[in-house]
Amino acid sequence: MFRLEARTSTPAWFNLALPLLAIGATLVLCSGLIALAGAGVIEAYGVMFAASLGDSYAITETLVRATPMIFTGLAVAVAFRAKFWNIGAEGQLLAGAVASCAVGAIAMPGPLAMLLMALAGAAAGAAVALLPATLRVKFKVDDVVSSLLLNSVIFYALMALIEGPWKDSFSGYPISPPIEDSANFPVLLEGTRLHLGVVAAFVAAPVIWFLIARTTLGFRIRVIGENPEAARYGGIHVERVLISTALLSGALAGLAGVGEVGGVHFQVMSDISPGYGYSGIVVAMLARLNPLGVVPAALFLAAVMTGAEAMSRATGVPAFLSEVIQGTALLAMLVALLFTAYRIRRVGAAP
Amino acid sequence: MSVVLEQIFQVGFLAAIIRIATPLAFATLGEMFSERAGVLNLGIEGIMLLSAMTGFTATSLSGSLWLGVLAAVLTGALMGAVHALFTVALGLSQHVCGIGVTLFSSGLAYFLYRLIFGQQSVPPSIKSFETLPIPVLSDIPVLGPAVFNQFSLVYMAMAAVPLAAFVLYRTPWGLSVRMVGENPRAADSAGVSVIATRFQAVILGGALMGLAGAFLSMVQFNAFTFGLVSGRGWVAIALVVFGRWDPWRSAGAALLFAFVDALQLRMQASGLGHIPYEAFLMLPFIFTIVAMAVMSRNAVAPSALLKPFRREER
Repeated sequence: MFRLEARTSTPAWFNLALPLLAIGATLVLCSGLIALAGAGVIEAYGVMFAASLGDSYAITETLVRATPMIFTGLAVAVAFRAKFWNIGAEGQLLAGAVASCAVGAIAMPGPLAMLLMALAGAAAGAAVALLPATLRVKFKVDDVVSSLLLNSVIFYALMALIEGPWKDSFSGYPISPPIEDSANFPVLLEGTRLHLGVVAAFVAAPVIWFLIARTTLGFRIRVIGENPEAARYGGIHVERVLISTALLSGALAGLAGVGEVGGVHFQVMSDISPGYGYSGIVVAMLARLNPLGVVPAALFLAAVMTGAEAMSRATGVPAFLSEVIQGTALLAMLVALLFTAYRIRRVGAAP
Repeated sequence: MSVVLEQIFQVGFLAAIIRIATPLAFATLGEMFSERAGVLNLGIEGIMLLSAMTGFTATSLSGSLWLGVLAAVLTGALMGAVHALFTVALGLSQHVCGIGVTLFSSGLAYFLYRLIFGQQSVPPSIKSFETLPIPVLSDIPVLGPAVFNQFSLVYMAMAAVPLAAFVLYRTPWGLSVRMVGENPRAADSAGVSVIATRFQAVILGGALMGLAGAFLSMVQFNAFTFGLVSGRGWVAIALVVFGRWDPWRSAGAALLFAFVDALQLRMQASGLGHIPYEAFLMLPFIFTIVAMAVMSRNAVAPSALLKPFRREER
């Protein structure tokens, strides 16, 4: 006989074991689709691995792809820690991209331009996230729905810009004018796309970890998420902390957009983000909302995305497999998290 | 202004409103049933896409339109059951599961479509339904040809609204749905199975989302394209809130949105618009966010929305 039993604490190795369990289950489940497509499972995953982590160029491509998801993953992790349900990282990313593109198009010395782009992008993302947080604090409006709906508002605002004032007057394509060459983020490794933003993402993760784990604001964020009543009783201004969390979360998501404009696309178009904001939710959940865990989680998704293209070319399995893997990984992780709340106990044979 | 008014009272324009409103009405009613039972289903965007794909594929392979509709409804119901399994049976967080269901279903839809049809320069299409004029009523000037010379799925949507209102407000099951969405503890004490009722409501909701998807790929576009749903699921989420979780008001909200959308398309086509068309597309989302702030004083949302139910917890 087995019985489910509530758990009071979870051992530390769970933080590593659960995501690995979820990813393992995902790869097993998705191998069914590979087989359905008539390809060898080992071969397909092998090509995927080789094309994303097999050589130094592939690794740089995976790092570039992981960068926006590290930022959106951090944004979601910070927000969810405070139980601020920010589903709006996608819109905040787009706002950050638009703002940094507008700044980057102004002629000025490169380093200044990059600094101002980052500031403008972070501010734009924070401004977008401020709205659902304010509505929740002032009017008790559900933040899940308001932050989600804002994604569509920001997307259409972006479309209005690139089909209106920003439209390329020569080609007629709905793409923004490029940013100044001097504002392009420097490439760190000749012959690759490894740009300054990648380093920024890898620095941001430990900084955010320190902020959450070791500072007063971080403590408050964790407390209002775990027990808002106790927080209030303990003299924490819950509403104010929630607003700060939203600003921080939105700024991080905005920086994801900055990196894409400054380091990858150098302009804004309608498909600048293939859903990196939503991927941020997958990343944050796989990381168990730990900012340090966000990096490997984002690298995993990035490797899947980078590898899927090559796998498709080599084996004919549609590259959309990477999206199925993302969705499955999120659901598998949610199920795996049940083990943190419950344990399976073997009880003696029934008398 | 008079030019705009002339545009409005045209058969083509009215018919366009009805056609845009139909998938939104199905999707909105589906989301409404789910939310009335206390389960937010953010999987709607993906469920509509996957159903659109299976409906299109079933028709394309079998040649039968109604078989396609059936496939889409079953797909929607199945994905509703998946969402319910995670959120109702396992009690996992509804918004994160919903995003997971959307990512999974959209990915699967594109994956299977590419697998079955390959990469073609001209996307395959199907021969869609013929319009079905209703005798006598379709002879009414202007209104007749626009409203009563439509596809059978459109009539189904028109019938679905009063039917949904009847089921929700006048049947024992509808009462159970409202109870488990408002006060699951009390429903449980009264002998209503919270888990079973929520499962049923989310599955019914999924089936309606499936109909919405079927209409998109089988009537509106006669093909499955990438970005077929393009945010219509999120529109439905907004319309449910805007329609205050009521079938009549939600359907009214869908019609209002369809009117704005049709107007926007006309203005774009006639080159009349000095306002970018995106401004119109943004409206339902902005209105809903404003409405949420205004309505918040007289809490109209189902009280137990987003809250999992566990019997042993007090």
